[in-house]
Amino acid sequence: MAANTNDIAGQTSKGASVHARRLLSYLVLIIVTFLCLFWFYVLFINATRSHSELSAGFTPIPSTHFIDNWISLKNGTQPVFTGMLNSLFIAVATAALATYFSTMTAYAIHAYEFKAKKAMFTFILMVMMIPTQVTALGFLQLIGKIGLDNNAAALIVPAIASPAVFFYMKQYMDSTLPLSLIEAARIDGSGEFRTFNQIVVPLMKPAIAVQAIFSFVTSWNNYFTPALVLHDDAKKTLPILIAQLRSADFLKFDMGQVYMMIAFSIFPVILVYLIVSRQIVGGVTLGGVKG
Amino acid sequence: MNKKSKVVRYNKWGYIFLIPFVVAYLVFQMVPLVSTVYNSFFENYRAGLMQIGPNYIGFENFKTIITNGDLPTYLQNTLIMWILGFIPQILLSLLLGAWFTDPSLRLKCQTFFKTVIYLPNLIMASAFAMLFFTLFADSGPVNSILMQIGVLSHAYKFMSHVWSVRSLVATMNCLMWFGNTTILLMAGMMGIDPSLYEAAQVDGATSTQIFYKITLPLLKPILIYVMITSLIGGLQMFDVPQVLTNGTGDPMRSSMTLIMYLNKHLFSKNYGLGGALSVFMFIITGILSLIVFKFTGKEDKDGR
Repeated sequence: MAANTNDIAGQTSKGASVHARRLLSYLVLIIVTFLCLFWFYVLFINATRSHSELSAGFTPIPSTHFIDNWISLKNGTQPVFTGMLNSLFIAVATAALATYFSTMTAYAIHAYEFKAKKAMFTFILMVMMIPTQVTALGFLQLIGKIGLDNNAAALIVPAIASPAVFFYMKQYMDSTLPLSLIEAARIDGSGEFRTFNQIVVPLMKPAIAVQAIFSFVTSWNNYFTPALVLHDDAKKTLPILIAQLRSADFLKFDMGQVYMMIAFSIFPVILVYLIVSRQIVGGVTLGGVKG
Repeated sequence: MNKKSKVVRYNKWGYIFLIPFVVAYLVFQMVPLVSTVYNSFFENYRAGLMQIGPNYIGFENFKTIITNGDLPTYLQNTLIMWILGFIPQILLSLLLGAWFTDPSLRLKCQTFFKTVIYLPNLIMASAFAMLFFTLFADSGPVNSILMQIGVLSHAYKFMSHVWSVRSLVATMNCLMWFGNTTILLMAGMMGIDPSLYEAAQVDGATSTQIFYKITLPLLKPILIYVMITSLIGGLQMFDVPQVLTNGTGDPMRSSMTLIMYLNKHLFSKNYGLGGALSVFMFIITGILSLIVFKFTGKEDKDGR
């Protein structure tokens, strides 16, 4: 790619017009960057300001009440810490199940020849796009019957069947997992299950990491299903608490506390993202269409 | 003979490794889907403390949601908000994608910009909506800023006007998804054979001509893919309008989406109408998925 870039660039240096276009594109990019970050900047500023400062109007300078807001949120009526622990537990468990079992499913399709293989692959691709919302009704009835209502397991266990994660794993295997390697393991007398756990899974680590992050974030942000499944305050996840904050008569609230709570649900994800953004941005492409 | 039986012995592991997926899928997706469809044919709801049904009523539920105007209205709301968000989203993505992949521009800090534009996609939609709600509240920071710089003389009530609420929802959707679309389109643009560009440049084509005559036509499959997957996602629009309007879809239910309506029925345990709505959604998304499937399937064949 780099070589091509230079070739073409050499031929088209038309001077001024390129400069003008470059200037325009930087201008647009800066505006877009501003539009993306402005809201989070305001959120951060407002999370540091007290209720009375907030009612006085907006200023772009942070204030000194970050810790105060934090303490009042901690002592407030919303169980935010339990909420965060619940969200964290469900998201980690979902990510673990989704990646491990999707790798296993992809391996079954990738490494073996069997009659139902093609049909199975086609089937998974076809159901990949069907949203969980359309089966939510039956899902709620089902978990009511099998005693999983109001239970985090109802949100975790279904992650075993994650067609989108499977698709990514399959794509990744096609490009990186040679069948000869599996043959070699067989000749060395490794059992199929052991080969999968000790050779395939370690080789798939980069893909597993990317999909673990995606599954984690999706679950962390998920609002629709958890809101229908979890009823006890002690079991609720952060998005449900945010929605409750919205339905409470929020004008009576300490606004500093409200901003603090929003910041509390958003900033952990931003922090993680800043560390692993390269892998995430790269992962978007492979999961979508082939380039 | 020996070799063949060995292959067969290995290949049964294909089935074994598929068991977890198949079982989980059957239990948590297939059974619920069947029972959702089953429910849509029954009258089953609560009126006060009374439980009505379940009584078999055929297609009566489907007739009800269409004739009482709920389904058409909410479908229309959903589509309006999707289009309002999608048009700026796709235009912005095309523009940014073309610039990022344009070798003559050689933009600096590409990684930084890509990181920033993808960021909103990972934000908790409900928290983002709550943030917008507080920022655009009557006494919120946006009104305060607009009044300070003299654009407004008094606070604009963003939450009380049909088109301002819809625009806010569309803005949030656009912000959350244009980064994702840009990255997908860029992958498509980088897949285009560079010799085509070289030839066009030798022939003296301008960058605008190149964009319209080469990039856009060759990008068509990916554009269609992006559009349909975005439509499928748009039909599922829920978190943002739900939290922004506190589940009411106000003003006058003009921002009530299909899934918000479904959510209402699920909470009030009106399984008959909820089921009919789910089946309707299933059919639409099913058709759209088939179109996407056709596209990805074709690409798969070409790729090998």
